[in-house]
Amino acid sequence: MGGHNPGIKLLDKDGKRIDGRGLYDLRPIKMEIGVLKKADGSAYLEWGGNKVMAAVYGPKPVMPRHLANPYKAVLMYRYNMAPFSVDDRKRPGPDRRSIEISKISRDALERIVMTEYFPNTMIEIFVEILQADAGTRCAALTAASLALADAGIPMRDLVAACAAGKIDGKVALDLKKEEDNYGESDMPLAISPRTGDILLFQMDGLLTKEEYLESLHLALEGAKKVSEMQKKALKDKYKIETLGGEDDKV
Amino acid sequence: MTKFEDEMLWNIKSDYVHRLAQQGLRVDERGQFDYRPIEIIPDYVTRPAGSAMVRMGNTTVIAGVTMDVGTPFPDTPDEGILITNAELVPLASPNFEPGPPDEDSIEFARVVDRGIREGQVIDLNKLSIEPGEKAWMVFIDLHVLDYDGNLFDAGALAAMTALNVAKVPKYEDEKIIREEVSMNMPIKRQVVETTFAKIDDFLVVDPVLDEEKSADARLTIATTDDGYICASQKGGPGPIKVDEIEQMIDLAFEKGDYLRKIMKDAIKK
Repeated sequence: MGGHNPGIKLLDKDGKRIDGRGLYDLRPIKMEIGVLKKADGSAYLEWGGNKVMAAVYGPKPVMPRHLANPYKAVLMYRYNMAPFSVDDRKRPGPDRRSIEISKISRDALERIVMTEYFPNTMIEIFVEILQADAGTRCAALTAASLALADAGIPMRDLVAACAAGKIDGKVALDLKKEEDNYGESDMPLAISPRTGDILLFQMDGLLTKEEYLESLHLALEGAKKVSEMQKKALKDKYKIETLGGEDDKV
Repeated sequence: MTKFEDEMLWNIKSDYVHRLAQQGLRVDERGQFDYRPIEIIPDYVTRPAGSAMVRMGNTTVIAGVTMDVGTPFPDTPDEGILITNAELVPLASPNFEPGPPDEDSIEFARVVDRGIREGQVIDLNKLSIEPGEKAWMVFIDLHVLDYDGNLFDAGALAAMTALNVAKVPKYEDEKIIREEVSMNMPIKRQVVETTFAKIDDFLVVDPVLDEEKSADARLTIATTDDGYICASQKGGPGPIKVDEIEQMIDLAFEKGDYLRKIMKDAIKK
């Protein structure tokens, strides 16, 4: 962002994007649930060129203990980029960007996870970005909700996320890396699909009010599509194979 | 205070804030969309290239703009560099602790930075000295002295005022001559941030600390003087609705113009 566009065209003359998508298309998304042995819940997500692994541990005793809350479980969320996840090696460990993303992602899940059921415990959510291609915070949160569901943690909804932005003057869904770098705006968003509530919301770049609202609605629709995929992935994972017969249908 | 006592006290305060909100009232009897009294003192400290103090009610923030010469980033060889930092020093609140920046100060610095960076406030091309080799680095340091809520708006206003009054020193023979001015800070746009708190379904502008801590959600919208939105950030665990965002955008432009006028008047004096 910031208009550092060294003459790169992000839309061709037919309005197609660099990877052949239309303005309102999502990248291909693949979800796998329960992929790690040790974690209480886990999920692996591929979203375009993003590869993301999420794990959930807990509810478990709180460490350090003074953080314990007598009313509810403490949520921990750690978004971390692997050093090899981007072209230039990323210095290992949390940087300022990761700390901010972790904070707002934890906020997004705070009232969705039924923390009141588990006072004096903590629930840890770890998300590793193995390969980054823009929209990693949305991919991370989408994977984290699946891992929470896989861990059997009671939730009010299954959080889904998606981003919209602006490229070559047009509002577009789900930007990939080049579009994010050379585009004019980015707006990541996470929702509670059941209520349409917005749980995570950020935006940067220059947008008029009309473009801002168009972006917002587009991201919202994108997140709803992601939500359908999440539900399908969970149902597929926990499908019960039976020998047939009408009564056996789940 | 122990965690338990702290939590108890906040529950009582929060109850009070929520009960008032249900009647459309605020703890300090302000109107729903009114800012607290704002005082801006440009050039509050004179050592740096530019500075300002902003008081928004009891919240006090100082911004200092310092200049240095460094190597430009490889992907923007002909541009200066902008770096924003924030310190929540322990004298400003019983809940601030000394030590490395925590997530709150990082978010604060990054939200102020995002407004100024994405709003393209500084003409960074004019801060290039020798493309690919040397460029001016602009450091914005935010120092919170008294914390009574809404750091984002106060911080952004302090940073913008400091940038507006900042002077770029002379650079000759590989040396910075701080006593001499080569130009005013090249400013392209005026960006301010407006923060809303949502308490149940009651939206307020410029939350005080009690409102901020009891609020379900928070939304900050940065606007430019030429009609753009250049940054947004939601905070807090509660939800916000699309129609609430629409309402807040209109208010953010209205309040933004109000803040820009106060800033302009303060700089003129």
